[in-house]
Amino acid sequence: MAATMIHRHRLATRVWHWLNAVAIFILIGSGLGISNAHPRLYWGRYGANFDHAWAQLPRFPAWLTIPASYNLAISRRWHLFFALVLGFSLLAYMIVSLLNRHFQRDLRVRRRDVGTAHLRADVRAHLALRFHDPEAPGEYNALQKLSYVAVIFFALPLVIFTGLALSPGMDAAWPWLLDLFGGRQSARSLHFVAMAVIALFTIVHLALVILAGWRNELRSMLTGWWRVPE
Amino acid sequence: MIRRRTLLGSGAGLMLAGCDRVIQQPTVRSIVFKGEDMHRALQRALSDRDALAPEFTPEQMSPRFRTNGTRDPGTPAYAALRAGRFADWRLTVDGLVARPLSLSLADLGRFPQRAQITRHDCVEGWSAIGKWQGPPLGDVLKAAGLRDAARYIVFRCADLYGGAPYYESIDLIDAFHPQTILAWAMNDRFLDVGHGAPLRLRVERQLGYKHAKYLMQVTAVASLAGIGKGRGGYWEDNVDYDWWAGI
Repeated sequence: MAATMIHRHRLATRVWHWLNAVAIFILIGSGLGISNAHPRLYWGRYGANFDHAWAQLPRFPAWLTIPASYNLAISRRWHLFFALVLGFSLLAYMIVSLLNRHFQRDLRVRRRDVGTAHLRADVRAHLALRFHDPEAPGEYNALQKLSYVAVIFFALPLVIFTGLALSPGMDAAWPWLLDLFGGRQSARSLHFVAMAVIALFTIVHLALVILAGWRNELRSMLTGWWRVPE
Repeated sequence: MIRRRTLLGSGAGLMLAGCDRVIQQPTVRSIVFKGEDMHRALQRALSDRDALAPEFTPEQMSPRFRTNGTRDPGTPAYAALRAGRFADWRLTVDGLVARPLSLSLADLGRFPQRAQITRHDCVEGWSAIGKWQGPPLGDVLKAAGLRDAARYIVFRCADLYGGAPYYESIDLIDAFHPQTILAWAMNDRFLDVGHGAPLRLRVERQLGYKHAKYLMQVTAVASLAGIGKGRGGYWEDNVDYDWWAGI
């Protein structure tokens, strides 16, 4: 029997996915380079060497940072350019996905998705490496939906707006950024936490792509076409 | 599995190394470096040109405001000025102005004063909140009679970096911003040597390295070309820092 192919990802989704993947990769690398300039996290409006730091971060090694050898200026150049790519591509993707109903159709979390029994069954299915409902193979499973929603609507906006709150110019333009996060140094801490959440998501995402069959998953995100597992 | 993971890991490593290689390419470099202009254009479009940086209450100030950059210029000329408690220090205001000025601290004190409690954000990531007082730069420039051809204000300092005076520059939007002041007082005392005595720039919507300390000369120019290496400041010239440091 010939394999059933379905067109799973629209062009807008695929374009955003790859733009976002490149941006996230460069932003994390350059962000870790920037972190090395002052690897202490504070809470509140101010925070410097004499103030209490709630976290002392490790020095991130050369193989994790952009550039590999410490250079705050070049890390910032990468970071601030790709921050624009991240922010504006997310904005465009959100608008298009509302218009083409990708969000409403594929990412809407329904009551039955988050029932305890359903979630438990979904976790068991994941542990058994079954990621698709044979009844509706094109749909995202509940954990997948929840994690996509968490990243697209919470972690990415959080990392963008906390990033903006770090800008002294933006703090003059939009003073509410500081009220929202409780000061620039709190925003800086939350920026780091949001980055860690996104990094964790990316690692799990890549692991699941491999477990679900990376050729099929990669093809579907490049061409849109996905083979329904037998 | 192991092979794939190694492949993925080394793939990521190659991509990181690739970033370091491509940024050497002049085209890639010029595109990535355009981020500065894009952020400046966006922020200026989003905000009023006089939008104020947040100001704080005395209770919100840092208990201890660390120093950064030069802690003491240490040159014989500066040491002599310091020994005389800056009585012989003068700020030169020149360049594209109708009336070049030479101002003592007492002269600066006769301008209308502005006091503000603001946050200082270092490019490295830390912040400190302190109180600054001095005349708005805009009033000093008006007194000197800025010429129409002037586009930038250049600040030259008493401290040396690589044998040359530290310098910085800003455009006229920031020069005439109400919070851009020539501060001679910090936290209700005369500026100490660590923080730039006798006078430093406060340009509150930009990062710390723009806030030139140990000011000696304020010059109005039409272009930054020909000053230093032409990029508008010591760090901009020598280590690729952004000239516009609003983010």
